[in-house]
Amino acid sequence: MKLSSGTIRLIIPALSLAVLLAAVFYMQPRAMSYTGLNLLFNLAVPIALATVAQMLIMAVNDLDLSMGTFVSFCACVTATFLQASPAIGILIFLGAIAAYAAMGVIIHLRELPSIVVTLGMSFIWGGLAVLMLPSPGGEAPGWARWVMTSRPPFVPMAIVASVVIAVVTHFLIMRSSFGVLIRGVGGNFRSVERAGWSVIRIRAGAYALAGLFAVLSGIALVGLTTSADANIALRYTLLSIAGVILGGGEFVGGKVSPIGAVIGALTLTLAGSFLSFMRISPDWQIGAQGAILIVVLALRLFLNRLEKREKNR
Amino acid sequence: MFTWPNTDHDPHMTEAVLKQEVAAARGIKVTFGAVKALDGADLIIHAGECVGLVGHNGAGKSTIVNVINGGLSPHEGEVSYGGGSGQHGISVARANGVRCVFQELSLCPNLTVNENVRVTHSELKGWNWRARALELVRRQLEEIFPGHGIDCDSTVDDLSIAERQMVEIAISFSGAGERPKLVILDEPTSSLDAGLAAQLMAYIRRFVSEGGAVLLISHILGEILSTSDRIVVMKDGRVVADRAAKEFSTRSLVEAMGNVVRELEWQRSVTTRSGAAVLTMPPRKGHGLPFEAHRGEMIGLAGLGGHGQTDALLHLYLSGNSNWLPARRREIAFVAGDRSLNGTFPLWSILKNLSIASLGQLSSRSLVDQSREDLLGEGWKKRIEIRTPDMENRILSLSGGNQQKVLFARALATTAKIVLMDDPMRGVDVGTKQEVYEILRAEAKSGRTFIWYSTEMDEIRLCDRVYVFREGAIVAELTGDEITEKNVLAASFHGGEAA
Repeated sequence: MKLSSGTIRLIIPALSLAVLLAAVFYMQPRAMSYTGLNLLFNLAVPIALATVAQMLIMAVNDLDLSMGTFVSFCACVTATFLQASPAIGILIFLGAIAAYAAMGVIIHLRELPSIVVTLGMSFIWGGLAVLMLPSPGGEAPGWARWVMTSRPPFVPMAIVASVVIAVVTHFLIMRSSFGVLIRGVGGNFRSVERAGWSVIRIRAGAYALAGLFAVLSGIALVGLTTSADANIALRYTLLSIAGVILGGGEFVGGKVSPIGAVIGALTLTLAGSFLSFMRISPDWQIGAQGAILIVVLALRLFLNRLEKREKNR
Repeated sequence: MFTWPNTDHDPHMTEAVLKQEVAAARGIKVTFGAVKALDGADLIIHAGECVGLVGHNGAGKSTIVNVINGGLSPHEGEVSYGGGSGQHGISVARANGVRCVFQELSLCPNLTVNENVRVTHSELKGWNWRARALELVRRQLEEIFPGHGIDCDSTVDDLSIAERQMVEIAISFSGAGERPKLVILDEPTSSLDAGLAAQLMAYIRRFVSEGGAVLLISHILGEILSTSDRIVVMKDGRVVADRAAKEFSTRSLVEAMGNVVRELEWQRSVTTRSGAAVLTMPPRKGHGLPFEAHRGEMIGLAGLGGHGQTDALLHLYLSGNSNWLPARRREIAFVAGDRSLNGTFPLWSILKNLSIASLGQLSSRSLVDQSREDLLGEGWKKRIEIRTPDMENRILSLSGGNQQKVLFARALATTAKIVLMDDPMRGVDVGTKQEVYEILRAEAKSGRTFIWYSTEMDEIRLCDRVYVFREGAIVAELTGDEITEKNVLAASFHGGEAA
């Protein structure tokens, strides 16, 4: 049977998640339970949402370096305005999504490098977050707390949420017309332009959708932690990029995979727990996490090369 | 006057329907900087005809195609669709049924075939578009290329080049809402084999007989002659011939494209092929002629643009220089064609740009000897007359021609015995060209070998020996007086009996 390149792209992330999970279960059999799984993957939900947001930006050949500060900003809004006066909170979120769309328009019109624009924006989001919550605090809205800590039967919430995110974004990005156009812009924007589409609108749409997912990530994060801090999600910038790449996405060419991105986010979260179970000191953990990333990516390059050789034959 | 093919029973009726203008460009002028890409060209396409468009490199074929499909606004002149007038642009052209298959493949490689159909046909919206898109492209592929065997569910990346081209052609001919009125095919058969090309040509005739219009650009003259009703020949941004296809033969077509033979400006050096070749290359892609170069020779690589000349140059370069390790003494120097892309260091001074290739000779104990560098700069400044008050000025302060001179000096200042040139004279004015030619001549006399890819016939005629490329391989070798525009053109175009 001939596998499509999309399926091959998913094999490595799924395999690495399975291997890590098996290793964790081997070292700590008690993790193989409802509560254990929930604890392992709890923090993966906001990371998965941020990864999907980053993936949307990467689908149009851009990169968002403000993801971490933007999620922190959203978390601060959730813990303050959204909790105290929901209407204002929702208005702020709508404004933030509009700002993301505007960012896409500016990047397209002025042909600016997205890295520079988003790096600049990251200071703005960071500053706004500090203005709202100079010191850690705030309170999670009751409904967000309820959603994130609910206990559905048989399967823990973290797993249910991850599957829902994967399925919804798969339909949105891989199956819908709009998703096709977003990926088309990443693959060959001139072709999309020649067919009479407005690439500005598509880019703005992709950015706005990314903004929406980042907002959801902030809400989910506060639902788990119950309070927020201006620096709560700074690591998300790099985690989200790593998650997309780990999940089979590529920096250019519109080659992305939503299911892979969610798996990538789960793998990254699990890698942290795995290293704790291995009793590796926190000083070495970041380096070890990097080593895991390098191994997985090397495997993928190897597979890509095999595939290419197969094709040339 | 050309008589239209009679497809209807009522001749008057036919005349009226078929003579309808689909797209017309009149008096178009387009300039890119100092280069006149189009200089008052007219191209009018009627319903029910296939127009063949031929011309040498830079004749303006692709430019006029881009004007008609709305991607390029002319600086002067008027474009109209369906006899109307006024607006211009990509969406206007599409709304008037103009479709285009481009020379470089323009599908989204990361999407599947049916997703590409969706991108191209915006009217395919609503529920279940995937199935409808699949049905549309399948039916069209089957109609043009019966028995194609392409899996329309696969990603374009996974298809071969020929399959991608077939898919693109099928998508352009298919109509979700209404059928296209004019399909522009720019080198559609460049990656199709003879059988598929014949299927396409047969389909074009069917499409035209049903009232559609096709603008066909191809370097295979046999195709143009057998498929078109009318042939338009372009040269230097103008239309130089516009007649019924029946009035042309391969020979007369080649003649119409070429120049009237001009006086040769200078005498070729007496070619003395002495000793062993300094550089050789087996036949490219397993067919055609092998390549060899001797000391003191000036060798031209001719043929249409993008037929493997640059690849051959890179291959020659890598055969002499390692890809990984820096060589102590380079045997081969390279003069890049695209100055801004891979020629100049835009932030550096003229002197630094010149001396970068010979830093090894200029330095002692790994440090660059500034006085020797200055000496080198002064010497070359005098010798090739770089027009600048100070060699420390930024390279971008020079005109394009003078920048190119610096790049030549960079290569010539090295100790390399062989110099490869990748169409280096693009966009250089005539005066500078003449100066550079003199320098090249002098250097060749002193024993250097030049291998020169050029798209300009005048430059090719300066060479001692010329290899003509077609489809990645060398198809002809011309020496001395055989190097004429006619011979080069005849070898670069597949021309039925002439090839």
